[in-house]
Amino acid sequence: MTGDIAFEMKDITKTFPGIKALDSVSFAARAGEVHALVGENGAGKSTLMKVLSGVYQADGGQTFLFGKKVRFSHPLESLAQGVSVIYQEFSLLPDRTVAENIFLGREPTLRWGVLDSHRMRTETQDVLALFGDRHQFEPDTLVGELDVAQQQMVEIAKALSLNARVIVMDEPTAALNDTECELLFQLVDDLRTQGRSIVYITHRMREIRRLADRVTVIKDGKVAASFDDVPETAQIVEAMVGRDIGHFYPDPANPDEVGEVILAVRNGGNDRLFDINLDLRAGHITGFAGVQGAGRTALALALFGADPFDRGEVTIDGQPATLTSPRQAAKAGIAMLPGDRKADGLVLMQSVRDNGMLSARAFSPALGHPDKTPISTLDQMDRAFDAFDLRAASYEAEIQSLSGGNQQKAIVARWLSLKPKVLIFVEPTRGIDVNTKAGIYAQMRELAQAGAAVMAISSDLPEVLGISDRVLVMSDGKIVAEFGHGVSEAEVMHAATEAHLELEAS
Amino acid sequence: MKRFGRKNLSALAPFLLLLVAIAIYVAVAIITDQTQYLTVENLLGLLGRSIALGITAVGQTFAILIASIDLSVANLISVSAVLASAIMSGDPAMMLPAVVTVLVVGVVVGLINGLVITQFEVNPLIATLGMALVLQGLLSAAFNNFAGAVPDEFQTFAYGQVGGVSVSLLFLIGLTIAAWVFLRFTKPGSNIYSVGGNPEAAKLAGMRTTRVVITAHIICSVCATIAGLYLASRLQSGAPWIGRDGVYDLESIAVVVIGGTALSGGRGGVWGTLMGVMIFSLIDSIFNLAGVDAFAKQILRGVIIVAAVAVYAMRSRRIEA
Repeated sequence: MTGDIAFEMKDITKTFPGIKALDSVSFAARAGEVHALVGENGAGKSTLMKVLSGVYQADGGQTFLFGKKVRFSHPLESLAQGVSVIYQEFSLLPDRTVAENIFLGREPTLRWGVLDSHRMRTETQDVLALFGDRHQFEPDTLVGELDVAQQQMVEIAKALSLNARVIVMDEPTAALNDTECELLFQLVDDLRTQGRSIVYITHRMREIRRLADRVTVIKDGKVAASFDDVPETAQIVEAMVGRDIGHFYPDPANPDEVGEVILAVRNGGNDRLFDINLDLRAGHITGFAGVQGAGRTALALALFGADPFDRGEVTIDGQPATLTSPRQAAKAGIAMLPGDRKADGLVLMQSVRDNGMLSARAFSPALGHPDKTPISTLDQMDRAFDAFDLRAASYEAEIQSLSGGNQQKAIVARWLSLKPKVLIFVEPTRGIDVNTKAGIYAQMRELAQAGAAVMAISSDLPEVLGISDRVLVMSDGKIVAEFGHGVSEAEVMHAATEAHLELEAS
Repeated sequence: MKRFGRKNLSALAPFLLLLVAIAIYVAVAIITDQTQYLTVENLLGLLGRSIALGITAVGQTFAILIASIDLSVANLISVSAVLASAIMSGDPAMMLPAVVTVLVVGVVVGLINGLVITQFEVNPLIATLGMALVLQGLLSAAFNNFAGAVPDEFQTFAYGQVGGVSVSLLFLIGLTIAAWVFLRFTKPGSNIYSVGGNPEAAKLAGMRTTRVVITAHIICSVCATIAGLYLASRLQSGAPWIGRDGVYDLESIAVVVIGGTALSGGRGGVWGTLMGVMIFSLIDSIFNLAGVDAFAKQILRGVIIVAAVAVYAMRSRRIEA
C-alpha cells in the first residue's frame, strides 16, 4: 500500500570546495514504500541524504516533509520531525544497554533527575516487540555483546522509538552475512507495511529486486534515471555506468612487455577470503573490481601481511614467502599504497623528505646516519621527487601542505627506494582532482613497464577498467570472474552483483 | 554466539583481585605466625587508614569515567587542609565557614579544570597539571609550615566513632553509596557514562557534553577538598605538603584503574574504586607483615599496578576482537 508523499526534495544543489556534489537533484518517497537510491561510490547518494537529515545544508533547492517546507540545520531537528538516518557506522555505546542506547540523550526521568529505567525498559520492550521474536536480545543486554546485525536492529529500534516516518538506510547489508540480510529484508518489509517511508541506499542488484518499489539512480551528482517500478538489472546498471572513458588512460601493456609470474597465491584464504588463486606478472596491471565488502581490500591487506592469509601458500619469484606482517611483506618486495593516505600513508606533520625516507630508514641499521641510509640517501630521494615532478614549495615543507596528487608521488617515491616487485595501489586517485589522475595512471603504467607487477584496487569502476590489462571481479571474498582489457562496465557490474543471485539460486 | 558479559566481568575482576589479595594476606599472616591480625576489625581498619585516598579516588572515578583525568587533586588537598585549619584557628564557631569556603574552592577549581578542558580544548593531563602547579605556587607563597589548628570538635571527623565504627569510614562508605546511586540511577549519572563512552554519539543525540565534563570535574575537585578536610581533622593542622607527600594524584588514578574503570572512559564505577583502595592497603599490609624492605615495597607496588592494568587491557582486547 503506497500512500501520500512522505518527503520531496526539489532541485537540491550542494557545492563543496572544488566539487559540485549535487546538481539540481530531485528525489521523493511516499509513505509505505521502499525507494532504492543507487549509484557508484561518490555519486552523491550519501550527500543527498545528509542534506535531508540536516547534516549538510543545501546551497539551492527545497525540501518538503509531509507537505511542509523544511530546512534542517542539525540532525536533531530532522530527528524530531520523524527522519532517521541509519549510517553504516553505528553511533552506539558498547558499554551501555540496549535500552540506554535507544534513549541516549532523551532519557525519561522521575523526580530529582532519577532515571525512569522501568519506562525505558518497557518502551524498549514495546519497540522490540515490533520485530516479533527475531531480536534475541533484551532491553538490558549490553550493546557490546551484540553482533553487527543485532546492533543494526538496535539502530532501527532507536528510529522506531523516535516514531520515525522516514527511515534512511545507508548500505545496511555491507557487514551482514546472507542469513542476517534476509532478516533485515523482513524487517524492512515490516516497516513498509507499517506505512513508513524507507530510502534504501545500495548498489547490490538483488537487494533492489527483493525490496524496492521504486529506483532512482544518481551519477556524478545528478539524477541519471528514475524508475517508478523496478526495471531490468541491465537498465539500472546502464544508468549507473555509461560514462565516457576517453583518453584518460595509458595504453595497455604490449604482449612482449609482460614477463614472468612474480607473485602467486594458491588456495589462499582467511576469515574474509576464500579459495584465492592468483598470478601477478611483471609488466602487468591487474585491476580488482567488486562491490563494497567483496574482499578487494581484504586481499590487499592479506598480501601486505596486515591481515594475513591463514590458509594456502604464497610464492614470490617461485620461492615460498611468509607474509605475516607488513615489515615481512615489504622485505619480500611488496609495497602497498593505501587509499586513506592521510591516515595510513603519511606522517602529516613531517617534511616531504622525511616522509619519503620513512621506509629507507625503517629498513636501515638503527645507528646509521638517517640521511645516508644504505637504501637511499637524501640526495637520491630528492632526485626521485624531481623525476616524479613532485611539486612542493620546498621538500622541507610539511607534507600536509601538499595536494593529494603530490602526496601520492611522495609515497610512490618512498616505496620505490625499496625496489619493490609488487605494487598494490588501493584507491590510487581518491581525493585527487581529475587532471592529476591521468598523471598517476601514467606513473602506474611506467612502474609496470619497469618490470613491476601492479595491482590496482579501486571502487571507481571506470578507473579499474581503464588502467588494467586484466580485471578480476571479487564477490563475497572470492574471485568470481576474470576479464581482459576492454571489458565493458556492464559486464563487470553483472559479474559483481549477480554472483549473489547465483548463490541464492544454488 | 553468546559472549561473556562485559559488565559482569568488569565488576567481577576487581572483586577477584581483592579476594586474591585477602587470601595472600591471610596466608602471609599464618606463615609468619601473626594470626592476631586476622580479624574483621583489622580488615576494616585497613580501609580506615586509606580514607583520604578513598575519598579522593571516588572523585577521580568521575573524571576518569568521562575519559578525562585530574592531576590537581593532591595539591588541592593541601590547599583545602591548610585553608581549613587556618580559617578555623582552633575556634569551633569557625568550623562551618571554613568547610563552606573550602568546598567553594573545590567547586571553583573543578569548574576551571572543566572549562579549560572543554572550552580551550586543552588535554586534561596538561590542564590539571597546570592547575596543580598554580595551586602549589599559591600555597607556597602564603604558607611554609603548619598553619592554624582545627578545634577538637572538628577532629570528630577523623577520630570519632559511632557504634564502634569510625565516623570517617562511615563517611567514605556513605559517599561511595551516594556516588553509586548518582551514577547508576540518575540522568546526569547516565550522561557521564554516555559522554565517556562515545562523546560524538552523545553529542549527536543532543546531549550537552561540555556540561557533563564540567560536572564530573567539579565532583572530582570537591571530593579532593573533602579529603583535605579529613586530613586537617586527623593531623589537627594543615601543612602545604600533605597532599603531595601522600601522592594522592597518582595513587587515586592507580586505585581507580585497579578497580576496573577504563582510562578510555565510559566503563567502571565507584565500588570497583573502593575495592581498588582496599587492594592497595592490603598490598601495604602484606608487605608489612612479611617485613619487606621499604624500597622493595615501592618496586613491587609499581609492578602490581602495571600488571593489573595489563590484565585489564588483555581482557578488553579479547572481548573486542
